[in-house]
Amino acid sequence: MEGRRTEARGELVRPYAVTRGRTEPQQDITLEAVLSASATAVAESRFAGHDKHRIATICEGRAQSLAEIAAYTRMPLGVTRVLVADMVAEGLLTLHTAAAPTMGFVERMNLLGRVLSGLREL
Amino acid sequence: MDFANYDPARASREIISAKIVVAGGFGVGKTTLVGAISEITPLTTEAIMTAAGVGIDDPSKVPGKETTTVAMDFGRITMAQDLILYLFGTPGQTRFWFMWDEIIRGAVGAAVLVDTRRITDAFAPLDYFENRKLPYVVALNRFDGAPNYELAEVREALAIPADVPLVLTDARSRDSVKQVLVTVVEHAMSRLQAEHNRGFPTPVG
Repeated sequence: MEGRRTEARGELVRPYAVTRGRTEPQQDITLEAVLSASATAVAESRFAGHDKHRIATICEGRAQSLAEIAAYTRMPLGVTRVLVADMVAEGLLTLHTAAAPTMGFVERMNLLGRVLSGLREL
Repeated sequence: MDFANYDPARASREIISAKIVVAGGFGVGKTTLVGAISEITPLTTEAIMTAAGVGIDDPSKVPGKETTTVAMDFGRITMAQDLILYLFGTPGQTRFWFMWDEIIRGAVGAAVLVDTRRITDAFAPLDYFENRKLPYVVALNRFDGAPNYELAEVREALAIPADVPLVLTDARSRDSVKQVLVTVVEHAMSRLQAEHNRGFPTPVG
């Protein structure tokens, strides 16, 4: 590795180097939770580093799940989750609602009903 | 509201996402099923697991052996501007249970794909969903030249409870896959309703 560059890339770099060694996200985000980035956020993310800017760009105009972000960036899931949680905390990404075990009966039934009609209409 | 940062795109409606899990043995057609209905070519995401290093005094001296990568395939169906359904295939190797826990968290339900040539591959996922109280249906994937068992025989062989739907499917056919997913959601709804009526909601995930 040359110089003082800390955001080193490449296959030989340990995956958590891009999170500076942190493996615990600030906020738990499920695989299917979707994130979106506004044009303003994408512009701001230029100053947040290469990886975060790339993530913001992926989520601009079309909401993407944590799993999609990981797949498109080719970063391991755990690493992606740390970066995405940081970006939510920094206001660069908006985290939307994923169906959760904590949902109440009525809310969950409504959601399932919408998914059911969505499938039937396919 | 901070008007300096006001952005109409950000102020758009809240999006809700949900997922259905597709499980089954290696090569049973999970990715085919996801691909038959997904609006995107199925994507793969990878998680890195630190190996237990059994029998190795110092795992760092064995390059490449300290971690294992677990891959899972998934697809997406955008149902409305504010509703997205994801389909997640479980890793083929059932030893990666930690990944299964992650995949089923908050899931609507699951479909267990069964290949009649390797029917016992379905035992692990069936047990897993039964233990985790995740609503699931069993879908028999019709392979050309595979033994043609009656559904009742398969139900008996796999000891599938009477209240669990068992359907025939062709994982390559969009309409057939759609019907499997409809069955998963309908089953999840009736389970949820039954639990609600009993007054003992079962948490999922």
